[in-house]
Amino acid sequence: MKVGPTVVTESQSSDENAEISKLRRGELAATEKLVRENAGWMLAVSRRILNNDAHAEDCVQNAFSSIFNNLESFRGDSRLRSWMHCIVVNQALMLLRSRKRRNESPIDDLMPLFDENDCRVEDRWTTLETPESLIQKSQTRETVLSLIDELPESYRVVLLLRDIEEMATSDVAEMLGLSESNVKVRLHRARSALKKLLEPLLRGQSL
Amino acid sequence: MMSSPKKLMRRMHGMMFKLPLMITCNEFESFILAYLEDGLPAKQKFVFEMHLKICRECREYLQAYRASLELTKHAYEGDLIGPNDQVPDDLVRAILAARKA
Repeated sequence: MKVGPTVVTESQSSDENAEISKLRRGELAATEKLVRENAGWMLAVSRRILNNDAHAEDCVQNAFSSIFNNLESFRGDSRLRSWMHCIVVNQALMLLRSRKRRNESPIDDLMPLFDENDCRVEDRWTTLETPESLIQKSQTRETVLSLIDELPESYRVVLLLRDIEEMATSDVAEMLGLSESNVKVRLHRARSALKKLLEPLLRGQSL
Repeated sequence: MMSSPKKLMRRMHGMMFKLPLMITCNEFESFILAYLEDGLPAKQKFVFEMHLKICRECREYLQAYRASLELTKHAYEGDLIGPNDQVPDDLVRAILAARKA
């Protein structure tokens, strides 16, 4: 499986091979090194998906347990980090599915509008703030993250996996049990809905 | 009742977008994702870009869509790596203890 920000397509190096052998033998120093070097980014991935610190920690713990249990079957056709990324995302998705769903507003209200001639209905954009200038302002980051959280979960997850984790459409489809075209539709709808939610910010208006 | 100039203009736009090598705004919408991923065949890319040139609403919409996507990515920047010094020590200990068990 190909993974975005941590994508490395070549197969594992000999150093990595040696580390994996030590891990398979259960060497404590190698195990501790693996945990200390990777728990940070794994916790960050889990927090993004689960939006809850305690659940994210559970997720990382479960992911490491799965990593240790499956080390024998790790074939080395991807880098160890990519393989671990898939495992932690899968664990987060499992936890997400087991959690009670919150009340969600329908995404249809946030979709673009068209008139009876199939022409787009869009207010004039007299101002369009640049993302670079917006992100410098205090509170923007928190505001954007809380607006992303308003998306229905099935859309938010696709947006996160594709646009933030930068996973391939085929991998997201496999993980979520969806067709690739369904992932694409969800991604576009999620982005469109988020554009609508971010409009006041982008137009330079206060929220 | 007479149509307002704005309404008339939109009707004319709607008719124009149905001419050969033209697409409607609704069809444009369905091509956006593939266009941004450079996945449109040459002919579809041509009609998409033609629509982009003549439709102010879709042009502005696409600019805002791109800006929103970039802003979303910026919002997560710095959080992507997840510094290891922020990992609670008891979490590391719990993982290692489970491995030893």
